[in-house]
Amino acid sequence: MRITKVKGENKKHKVLLYALSTCGWCRKTKKLLADNSVEYEYVDVDLCSDEEYEQIRDDIIQRGGRIAFPTLIIDDVKLITGFDEDEIRKALGI
Amino acid sequence: MTTLDQVRRRAESDARTHGYYLNPDEDFLTDLLEGLRRNEERYGYPSCPCRLATGVFEIDRDIICPCDYRDADCEEYGYCYCGLYVRKDVAEKKLPIKPIPERRPPEKLARAYSKENATPSEKPAEGKKLTIVSEKPPAVGLKMWYCKQCGYVCFREEPPYVCPICKAKREMFSGLTVRISGQD
Ligand code: SF4
Repeated sequence: MRITKVKGENKKHKVLLYALSTCGWCRKTKKLLADNSVEYEYVDVDLCSDEEYEQIRDDIIQRGGRIAFPTLIIDDVKLITGFDEDEIRKALGI
Repeated sequence: MTTLDQVRRRAESDARTHGYYLNPDEDFLTDLLEGLRRNEERYGYPSCPCRLATGVFEIDRDIICPCDYRDADCEEYGYCYCGLYVRKDVAEKKLPIKPIPERRPPEKLARAYSKENATPSEKPAEGKKLTIVSEKPPAVGLKMWYCKQCGYVCFREEPPYVCPICKAKREMFSGLTVRISGQD
């Protein structure tokens, strides 16, 4: 799977982002993380193979999320659907 | 190939026709337009940039931009799911544009997003698979509307903001009931 790692100084949390390469809200999420120097990994799901997509879909559903983007997973436990800036800031302490 | 400029002009003209504005944040707007262009290039139709398309026209049909949910979202929240189309008052008053909930109905999401048709609201129990019960389109309150000024007729949930033909305001629209009857 094409997971892109974005380096940052803030490594307090493990941050995984499922995004779409075309989506404005996903881009805003990436920017928020980058602006706050949060280290994170992301996958642009629209660029994935069918198999990879299925894996991601199952992962999101398993964690109680829904298939919507951006989906942010923090420390493997917290899932945030959508660009909910306040919620993201709170969860990451930024 | 469709250019970014063509996509932009198309969106502008559609916004004008329906009395909307495009997102005033130029960077955000360009991202969305570029997303539409990319989707048109890879799928053959400009599907919604903020939703995952399947590439199957029949399944994606409701999320081809402008999607079936735009008008209802503009009505309720002031802009569409992606934030591409913005209602006049929101644009003029520069009200904040923030993400809104997904209006696409669960059965369509299920059809689009999984073999098992699992959606969060109907998350299947362990080992159980969910199947689609109905292929019928969701019951939406589609209605006939006619423009009292020019006679333009359309079939949708809400009357348009502005009549695309004579530019009359939505107040000029009236609901229409059609009765088909045989001989008396
Ligand atoms: S949400 Fe907006 S940008 Fe996305 S398809 Fe609907 S009208 Fe187009």
